[in-house]
Formats: sequence, structure tokens, C-alpha cells
Amino acid sequence: MTQPTDLAQPTAAEVAGPGALLTVENLTKHFPIKHGLLIQRQVGAVRAVDGVSFSLNAGETLGLVGESGCGKTTAGRAITRLLEPTSGRIVFDGVDITKLSRSQMRPRRRDIQMIFQDPYSSLNPRHTIGTIVGAPFHIQGAKTERGIKAEVQALLERVGLNPEHYNRYPHEFSGGQRQRIGVARAVALRPKLIVCDEPVSALDVSIQAQVVNLLEDLQSEFDLAYIFVAHDLSVVRHIADRVTVMYLGKVMELTDRDTLYSAPMHPYTHALMSAVPVPDPRKENRRQRILLTGDLPSPINPPSGCVFHTRCPKFREILGDTEREQCTTVVPLVEAKADGHFVACHFPEVRADIAAAEDEGISVAETSAAAMAPTTADQRSAPPLDTGSADSGATT
Amino acid sequence: MSDQKEATLGTPAVDFETERPTESGAFLSVRDLRVHFKTDDGVVKAVDGISFEVARGRILGIVGESGSGKSVTSQAILGLHKGSNAQVSGEIWFDGRELVAASEADMRKLRGSEMAMIFQDPLSSLHPFYKVGSQIAEAYLVHNHVSRREARRVSVEMLDRVGIPNPDSRYDDFPHQFSGGMRQRAMIAMALVCSPKLLIADEPTTALDVTVQAQILELMKGLAKEFNSAIILITHDLGVVAETCEDVVVMYGGQCVEKGPVDDLFYRPEMAYTWGLLGSMPRLDRTRQARLTPIPGTPPSLIQVPRGCVFNPRCRFTERVPGNRCVTEHPDLLVTAAGHEVRCHIPGPERRQIFTDEILPTL
Repeated sequence: MTQPTDLAQPTAAEVAGPGALLTVENLTKHFPIKHGLLIQRQVGAVRAVDGVSFSLNAGETLGLVGESGCGKTTAGRAITRLLEPTSGRIVFDGVDITKLSRSQMRPRRRDIQMIFQDPYSSLNPRHTIGTIVGAPFHIQGAKTERGIKAEVQALLERVGLNPEHYNRYPHEFSGGQRQRIGVARAVALRPKLIVCDEPVSALDVSIQAQVVNLLEDLQSEFDLAYIFVAHDLSVVRHIADRVTVMYLGKVMELTDRDTLYSAPMHPYTHALMSAVPVPDPRKENRRQRILLTGDLPSPINPPSGCVFHTRCPKFREILGDTEREQCTTVVPLVEAKADGHFVACHFPEVRADIAAAEDEGISVAETSAAAMAPTTADQRSAPPLDTGSADSGATT
Repeated sequence: MSDQKEATLGTPAVDFETERPTESGAFLSVRDLRVHFKTDDGVVKAVDGISFEVARGRILGIVGESGSGKSVTSQAILGLHKGSNAQVSGEIWFDGRELVAASEADMRKLRGSEMAMIFQDPLSSLHPFYKVGSQIAEAYLVHNHVSRREARRVSVEMLDRVGIPNPDSRYDDFPHQFSGGMRQRAMIAMALVCSPKLLIADEPTTALDVTVQAQILELMKGLAKEFNSAIILITHDLGVVAETCEDVVVMYGGQCVEKGPVDDLFYRPEMAYTWGLLGSMPRLDRTRQARLTPIPGTPPSLIQVPRGCVFNPRCRFTERVPGNRCVTEHPDLLVTAAGHEVRCHIPGPERRQIFTDEILPTL
């Protein structure tokens, strides 16, 4: 195991390969804590994002998941430069945008847009939706073929709103419709990257599916890349191509979606996935749940060594003393433990029992409906899908 | 449970179709509850004729989208609409007492001691000026003639029970010093300090992370057993229902559209809205689908509830019912199998056929 002195994080190029739309290297965002009335001196820092690296190709979706307080939203905002990164490098479309000034940044903002979590507070209540969706054109001085109004109405129609509602105000719309307005505003200038910060968390399930489908349609239509910040692992599994699991400002696991959900390696990912309730009472009863004890440690004073060791079930129950010492003293690097599967853990292990299941199919016995209608009991055979839930216990 | 299921399978379901749900002397029995609010725009029918029962030691889930009336129902049980402009009608029988007509003074005695509520947002439900512990002790002091020291002892014990480390020193902390999960635990401790017989939890885990949610749900399941309390869990997450509840009420547009034991709801659902809910959520326990299947349209306005079946504007199956009845005639909530009631015009056998042939393969 390498010593963490030089913190050899994988370069973003390693993580995604060349030609990436966005590369983020060792991004940190620390919020200073100051004391003192007149002469303020810094007494500490909230290490919200602490050395995060990843990259993103055009047209791809990267999911950022983790508990609240893990820094996923801060990371998203630092990438869009809504927050100034403390250190690190953000290269977007071949240009290092980390240190660009506001005026230098402005023309690039048409390529980087954002969709916010709360559709109620992210729309100005005093503006009509025509003004809101038209604002990007005015601000960027974008040329439109048919005039801004026609363009906005086409956008509204594209996201599933009535273009005649151009003159209405946000309060006249439901939550799902408002989120569509937010989406229309984000795609107005045909950006290359949209940072979606929990875009569907505030919506009801039936509406959530509508917005997720809309985001997917727009992605293929306009070749958009998404950074999809969410805490809902099932939604992320649906929409993301690759997923980054974050904990206390650091990357725990980073790999493509299918690998993450079929063969998760990090104990934190195991705990997260086992905690998601599935809508199937019998499966729920059978499922093994890894309960994390305690709360997220303070990012002001994160634990030594591996930040997760204070809550890690493996650390507590399985590891021996020498192994534990390594966890408490040595910071685990984000290393490739398998092809394209980056894990920050000293003792990673594939756990197929935790993996998101492929269909087992619902047996006919489970639906007495079939018994009631014996004529054409649609016996649904389990699809011959290889669960791929690796028994290859790739440990280091 | 298993006996009941045998009965379900053995009895032909068609006989049930004409039968109305019967009522028994359950611990909590809500009968034809209506809560209407008069506003400038018209009467908001937030809850429009809902009936259900909960026995002690059981957990009932109420599921529905925002605006379906689930929270208003629970507030009516606690008598929180008294003194507002709400018009409450129907009957709520709680342990042999009727609550809709009960006076505010009577409700005060019950609230906190015999029935308690856990709110969705623990930060806004805890008073920021008072110590967490004293807020818990207050509930105990109001309903019991004990010394402050005794109330503190009970509260500390309760904080310990809900899994707060160092409860004795944490007693003197303020709400902002607690994390989200700990605040929710403190809320639960506050609700349970008088060992209520009925606990209503309104979206208790919605503001929490999945890891903390799992802890809280385990805690609630344990408490239902330990205190033999009846629990009503209000949620929009079917996963949470599958994990915790024994019976489920599905609400839509202020009405109950389907209710039954949890297995019936998940393995033999018969109402198009329940199908839609099950189909629209991405699931970790299934193969990833290329596309989600949303329920088209938006939830109904509670001022102008659709004529006929409340769900008809979003229902895919209205053509299956002859004579446009879905739009003209309001369907009754009828028993389809033991304990399983559905509000739909499509005849039972046909519904079950639709579920097996068209819905099940897409879930």
C-alpha cells in the first residue's frame, strides 16, 4: 500500500480517457471558519469538497450520490463556478476555467447550465415564464432566427408546457410544471453541460418519472452532458452512465453504472444500497440490511485515515487490529481495483448480495390474481439476464 | 396472516363485489371522514369520505401524492382542525370515544398522552429556544403529576431508547446542535414519552438520508411491538410502505382508491392509480428499464374534483368501461377480496386480468 504523503490521486485523464468534455482534478472547496471581531483570523475550515477528481464525456451522465453533507452539491456548484474552488483544476471543453474572471467566464456560461432542486424558489415569482425562459437569450445576447418569443414558445412546447402560457407566472404552475420551466431555461441556449442538482427530489413519484424521461429525451436530442446530483440511488441508476459515490467531501467509489450496481466494492456503497427500501414486502423481509450507526462526522474535523472508518461496518466487525490501524492512519487512495472501477478503500470487496437485483420475475404463486383468472395466466419467466454480480471477489 | 390469505384464495371474489366494507370495533376507526375548507376560490375537498381502521400493534401506511389529503386526514384524527375554518364531518372512533364531536379540552387530554404525532420536518417542529430535553419533558409533565427531576429521568431514558448517544448530556443541547437524524429521533422520543396508544408519523423520513431512514424505520417497527401502539405511517414512498407497514390505504384526490393488506397491494393491486405508482418508480430490485412509465397528467384540483372517478383524467383504462361510466358515475369502494377494497368501475375479474396480462410484465 502506498504511503499517502504525495496523495497520488488518479488524474482525471486516467479516469475517463482523452477527449473529455469536462475534467475535474483534485477539486477542493473549503469554507473558512473565522473568529474575532475586528481582526478575523481563520481558525478552521469546513472541508466540504476535499480532493475530488472525475471527468465527463460529451453526451454522458455522471451521477454524484451520497448523504446530505457529503459535498455533492458543493462540487456541482464549484464546477459551474457559482462557488470559487479553493484549489484544483476544472477544464471544460479544453479550457481551464478554474481561475477565469467573471467577465471571462460569462460567454462560457451558455455552455454550462444548471437545474436546481427546488422548483418553487428557483423561479422569480415576479417574472412571467416567458421572461424567465427568455432571460438566457437576453443575457447572452444570443441571436435567434425567429425572435426570442417564438424561440421561448418552441422551448415551452418541447418541455411539455402549453406555449400559450407564456405570460403566466410561476405560482400558476404545479411543482412538476415548474421544474419543466427550469429545464426549459437550462436548455435554452443548447448548452453542452447541465449540472442537475437533485432535479426530481421535490417531485411526486408519478411526476418524477415524467421529468426524468424529459431529461433523457433532451439529452439525446441536444447531446447534453449531465452531472446528476442526487441522493436517490434508484433514480441515479436509471439515468446515469457512470456514478461517483461521495462521503465527507471525498470520492469513495467511481465506476460505470452497471458495475457499481451489480458489484459495489466500497463498504459505504454497500450500506447506501442496502438502505434503499424496495417496493416488495417479501423481498424487503428477506433482504439483509447494513445499518450504519451514528451520524456523518463533522467535515470541520474529519476522521483520520479513511474518513469512513468511524461508521464502517467492516472496520467494526471484520477487520483485525493491524488492518484497523491502517484504516485509522493511512488515507486510502482512489485506486483502480478493477478495470475502470475506482475505489478508495484499503479492503474493498465485491458484495453480490447487496447488488441491485435483476428481475427474478414475480412467481405466479405470488399473484393470486393468476389463480383467479386461470385461463391465460401469463407465466412470466425470469429473463435470462446474467446478473453479472461477480463472484470475482476482487480484493487487494 | 396466512389464514387470512387462505380465505382470500378460497372464496370466489365475485361474491364480494356487491358487499360494502363492514366495520368492527377496532382500536381506531375512521368512518366516512370529510374535511372541507372554504376558500375564496371555492370549497377545497381535502378529504372526501375516507374510512379505515387500525388495531393496536399494527402499522397502517397511507400513501399518496402531495395534495391527496393524507396529512389532513391525520390532522383530523388529532383534532388539529378544531378552531380553523375546516368543516370536519364523519366519525373517528378512538378506543371507544368519538373524536370529531369531542371538545378541544378533551382532545388536549388525549393529545400527547394517548395519541401523538411525529412531523415531517424535525427542525421546524422543535422550538429553537428551548433545550431538546426540556421539550420532551414538557409533554410528560403536562400529562403526569411528577417532579421535574422525574420528568428529566424519563426523558433521558427515552432519548436513550431512541438511540441518542450520551442522552444525559444531550438532554441539555439545543435543537441546532442535533443532526437531522438525531432531531427526528428526538421528535420520536417526544411523541413516545407518554407511551401513546396511537402514533401518527407524517412523512417521518422524507427529509432524511436513506441510511438514517433505515435506522428510523427499524426503530419505529421495534416500538410498535414494544409499546403495542397502533401506528399510522404517512408517506409517498412505496418502498417505505413495503418495509414497515402491514396494511395500506392508497389516497388520491382526497379519497381512498384502494386499501388492503400490504401483500395484496404489492402483489395483487387492482386500481389503475396503484399500478401507475408501482410502475413509475425506478426500482433497485429490477432490471434497469430503458424508460420510466410515468402517470400522464397532473393530480386533480381539490376544488374542482373530476366528475365520476377522481382518477379518470389520468387513467389508461377508461375505455374498458362501457357507457362512459368513469366520467359520469362515481365508483364505490367495494370489497374485492378479504380486507381488500378497490374503487374502480372495471369488474373485478377483468381488473385482475389486466394486472396479470398488461401491468405485471411491465413492473
